[in-house]
Amino acid sequence: MVIAAVLMIVVAAVALCVGPVTVPPSQVLGTLLAHVPLLHFHTSTPQLNQAIVWQLRAPRVVLAGIVGAMLAAGGAAYQGLFRNPLADPYLLGVAAGAGLGATIEIVYGGDSSSLLPVFAFVGGALAVAATYLIGVANGKRAWGYSIVLAGVAVAALLTAIQTYLQQRDAEQIRQIYDWILGSFSVASWSDVTLILPYVVVSAVVLLAHRRMLDVLRVGEEEAGTLGIHPARTRLIVVAAATLGTAAAVSVSGLIGFVGIIVAHTVRLTAGASYRIIVPVAMVGGAGFLIGADLIARTVLSPTEVPIGVITACIGAPFFLAVLVSRRGGVGMGGS
Amino acid sequence: MFKSIRRATATIAVFLASLTAPVVASIVPAGPIGSDPAGAAASSFPTTVHAANGKVKIASRPTAVVSLSPTATEMLYAIGAGSQVKAVDSYSDYPSNAPHTQLSGNDPNVEAIAQYKPDLVIMSDEAPSVDRQVEALGIPVLSEPAAANLNQAYAQFDALGQATGHLAPAEAEVSKIKGQIAHIVASVHKPAHPLTYYYELDQTYYSATSDTFIGGLFRLLGLHSIADSAKGAAAAGGYPQLNGEFILKANPDYIFLADTLCCAQSPATVAARPGWSKMSAVKGDRVLSLNDDIASRWGPRVVVLLSQVAAELKAHQAST
Repeated sequence: MVIAAVLMIVVAAVALCVGPVTVPPSQVLGTLLAHVPLLHFHTSTPQLNQAIVWQLRAPRVVLAGIVGAMLAAGGAAYQGLFRNPLADPYLLGVAAGAGLGATIEIVYGGDSSSLLPVFAFVGGALAVAATYLIGVANGKRAWGYSIVLAGVAVAALLTAIQTYLQQRDAEQIRQIYDWILGSFSVASWSDVTLILPYVVVSAVVLLAHRRMLDVLRVGEEEAGTLGIHPARTRLIVVAAATLGTAAAVSVSGLIGFVGIIVAHTVRLTAGASYRIIVPVAMVGGAGFLIGADLIARTVLSPTEVPIGVITACIGAPFFLAVLVSRRGGVGMGGS
Repeated sequence: MFKSIRRATATIAVFLASLTAPVVASIVPAGPIGSDPAGAAASSFPTTVHAANGKVKIASRPTAVVSLSPTATEMLYAIGAGSQVKAVDSYSDYPSNAPHTQLSGNDPNVEAIAQYKPDLVIMSDEAPSVDRQVEALGIPVLSEPAAANLNQAYAQFDALGQATGHLAPAEAEVSKIKGQIAHIVASVHKPAHPLTYYYELDQTYYSATSDTFIGGLFRLLGLHSIADSAKGAAAAGGYPQLNGEFILKANPDYIFLADTLCCAQSPATVAARPGWSKMSAVKGDRVLSLNDDIASRWGPRVVVLLSQVAAELKAHQAST
């Protein structure tokens, strides 16, 4: 936990100090201090550099951190809930639903894209609700199995509709494509304040239920004997993860790989208990995505690289290295 | 999801490639042209036109042209071939009296094209498989992809003129455009220091360098794109996605918005962006709204675009 926190802080500090425009670290610090309330710090940093650090760079770092934390925690929760190592926060169709919502807004919304996050959020939440209802309707015996299949079917259907709309309106294709690939290139403080309430609620609920995830992993009947109501716990965790993930993707687009890779890395390095995995995954996910965004905006500076490319390019080899060095495998069951 | 992303990536790659594909359109002299334009047209068939898809034989003067390219549609009407146009694609919105249809220029369906019984099909996208299918029906296809510079655009005017029996009017149109451009360029004083601009394709900061078609137009007015110094800009086909910090730091003299129709951007929305109010172009009211459609085509209305930008430059030259 401490290592993850230190890493995240270091990455965030570097991300604030490095960008296509060179701003000395002292000016970065001065700009940040000037925005601390009640401190009344006055900085001699040029106006332009202040604007670059505070209006462009800082919200980008913060937003990447929030989204990374949310996706990693959502992935960890789903992996525990479904006892499935391939589970990620997009498992129940939130990404497909958000993608369809965003596409509808871009194609039919006409003017400015201010409603895009709302459409994406509602689309993602509705998709998961549909998946959940279909999955639960199938009876309670093979809960995880049927809901995952329902998620696959719902996602396939929504993606098909989304692709149809996108191809039909080819003039908007780049806007849609940009959103689907995910990006923080135009992140602002208003994005941060928009999603923060949902993410905080989601994170608190997931953290509060991390012990339940450990118990559920042992088995339903054991959970019952311990006084835990499995069905209700699952619903709460799914609802919380959906709320947070839908909020995150509504402003960042569909950034892949974070949700699946961070939780596993934490599991392999820090332990198998969800009491540890959930909080460490949040911190690690924040650090990972801040770092990925840092690379996305500097590697070809001043040209942006899609962040999804970075998360996969860096994340996959890193994850494989962790996997090989631990040799324990990614077993979800008895570990 | 990833599958669809891959597909989207491929689509975009094709789209970008089509923007940058070299145009090899050139003209084979079609025999002596008489003083009587109608006689000239009559005598110039059969003819062989050089287009991006190679040499295209056209047996007789086409009377049922299908244009799947908004730019080609504008060119056809500008050279007086409008009466021979039978159908245009869904994005061909100019001129308004063109026979608009739901035909797709991006994803053309061969049967849908064939139902218009065309004797010439013009496309801007390089979709070789569609080319071949249409050709298999015995219909000649001209591929006229995005021009990289004015000379390529002029060559497309001539190619379309030759293909439709309007070579002389096409050449006249080209001379007219050349004259108008020269006039506009001459009306603008050369700036004392090189002026820079940020050209915005959408609100995620996709831009264009001076090496693109649009950048070449602005260069005529002594303007340089801030994207020119961006690493990876050439690899992005001249259309890189710029970083917001870079744009603020570059502090261009002008901002040109080519995302007013697609994305509802305006000088007001630009000024409201975090940090942008400090840019000199915003403070000096040098943010110009362009028509996305005109700005993304390489047809006769380049003159409209150029004169709009020139008028803006002159207004600020006069005020300083």
